[in-house]
Amino acid sequence: MTLVQQLPVLVAVVPLAAAPVALLLRNRHLAFLVVLAASGFAFGASVLLWQQVAGSGPVSYAIGSWPPPWGIEYRVDRLASFFLVLVSGMAALVLSWGRASLEAEIPAGQHYLFYTLFALCLTGLLGIAVSGDAFNIFVFLEISSLSTYVLIAMGRDRRALAASYNYLIMGTIGATFIVIGIGLLYLMTGTLNLADIAARMPAVEGSRPVLAALAFLTVGLSLKMALFPLHQWLPNAYTHAPSVVSSFLAATATKVSVYVLLRFYFEVFGESQVFDRLPLEQVMLCLALAGMFAASAVAIFQTDLKRLFAYSSVGQMGYIILGLSFDSVTGLTATIVHVFNHAITKGAIFMLLGGVALSMGGVTLPRVQGLARVMPLTAFGLVVCGLSLIGVPGTAGFVSKWYLVKAALEGGQWWLVFLVVGSSLLAVIYVWRVVEAAYFHAPRADLVAAVEAPLSMLVPAGLLVAGTVYFGLETTFTVGSAAEAASVLLGVPR
Amino acid sequence: MSLAGHFSYFATISLMIAGLFIVMARGNLIKKLVGLGIFQTSVYLLYVAPGKLIGGTAPIIQEGFAVYANPLPHVLILTAIVVGVATLALGLALVVRIREAYGSIEEDDILAKDRE
Repeated sequence: MTLVQQLPVLVAVVPLAAAPVALLLRNRHLAFLVVLAASGFAFGASVLLWQQVAGSGPVSYAIGSWPPPWGIEYRVDRLASFFLVLVSGMAALVLSWGRASLEAEIPAGQHYLFYTLFALCLTGLLGIAVSGDAFNIFVFLEISSLSTYVLIAMGRDRRALAASYNYLIMGTIGATFIVIGIGLLYLMTGTLNLADIAARMPAVEGSRPVLAALAFLTVGLSLKMALFPLHQWLPNAYTHAPSVVSSFLAATATKVSVYVLLRFYFEVFGESQVFDRLPLEQVMLCLALAGMFAASAVAIFQTDLKRLFAYSSVGQMGYIILGLSFDSVTGLTATIVHVFNHAITKGAIFMLLGGVALSMGGVTLPRVQGLARVMPLTAFGLVVCGLSLIGVPGTAGFVSKWYLVKAALEGGQWWLVFLVVGSSLLAVIYVWRVVEAAYFHAPRADLVAAVEAPLSMLVPAGLLVAGTVYFGLETTFTVGSAAEAASVLLGVPR
Repeated sequence: MSLAGHFSYFATISLMIAGLFIVMARGNLIKKLVGLGIFQTSVYLLYVAPGKLIGGTAPIIQEGFAVYANPLPHVLILTAIVVGVATLALGLALVVRIREAYGSIEEDDILAKDRE
């Protein structure tokens, strides 16, 4: 066996091994280097896996050489490799960006602990993407969740503790719902390997425990991905967490739950069961629309920018789920593309806000007045990302909305086009509030002397901002991978 | 479909609902964690109980034994117990920190202090 064949397991094991090393080093500089190296390795491995899968089809890895379905199988296909690249890339970028922000927001003595938990969280998220075993997915989900709770609690404000506690309660209820769902599936099929469950599904299709499992998994995963109205934990968690944590979570954590939902819906249960036996198509459509409008409307009235963009994330999750509810290749393509586009856009926004918090001491609207004068590059980046949230042509957000509209027209639901455009108008309002404060007001007297964020933060954030424009113009990677993953999920030959 | 035959399921569901109810209805942060613990524990029962076969033995091939119990759920639940313990420990640690920061572990008091 060569090293390349071990990549599916190494991608999760290397960050896992980096965590105790960072803990034992007890030195923030060394811990930073170790965890950065591990994330960099994970990113390199993910890109290699992506190429390998694109060239020669899915990769299967039997842990401990126990052949599946008896042993745990790690399986990397188009969808998994796409998410691996997204998560590990964002981790490496956020980590290299976050040092200056971390120095300001977390006491120096806790830095090595932060890096330890960051590595664990990354392990969990990557593990979810590679694992082909239902129970293993749950364990990785809990690894990432437990480390996320601690990362959020590291926020400066005491409200971070309350936010973390609430997330812990909601997240654990969600995770327990997921285990109940997996347990019911195991009772009915006698196996935990996802492909094996799918193979045995026809024998028990439509039976009550299987439909109950589907319902439990849907609710549990909706909690984890903050689908309206199960999003209550998200705004507080994003607002009070340290900037580094907000950037990383906004870009990855909820997205990985979407991945698990896609796996279960389209590979394990099969669309006929999900959309015909249970009215999930209509349920998801209604929740997506409610989220798009309600959360975006709430975002308009926020004065804290982190909270404003957190509500915007809940609204954007609506678009992601809307694509799923179409149950067509175009709709799923829109879902997967929007997961990617929203991840880089929101990642960039929270990174830029982290820079603002560092220079201006906070991110409330009255405080960031005149941002364009003191931090012109950051303000410009926020505008570009805001345009992407709205979905202006030439930005990444436009590509995903284009596919959503296309899917709606293909399904004959032309009225949805008006709703998508209408909710984008709400985004115009909340983005405008930021632009107005940044460009049309003078800076506060005590903040005139604030300076642009340090270069070490501007470069990674700038890369992501450039990414939102690049992926709005050049869509071979995003739409190409997403369309292939979607057709594999739906079993439609291309 | 006798009551006795489904006893373990009735017990599981009752515990599940009781736990979830406590999490939602109680304002005391410790009591919420107790409810969460009961909710999680009920799932252990959901997995383990069907693995037991009456008259079944440990799955070691030997003459004279034909019925074996399924050991896999027990192994899975060992993992789930570890996750549950970690969650409970982390939750309690957070409550300690909340108590230090807010001087209270009642949800209403904490919300009121945040609004100030």
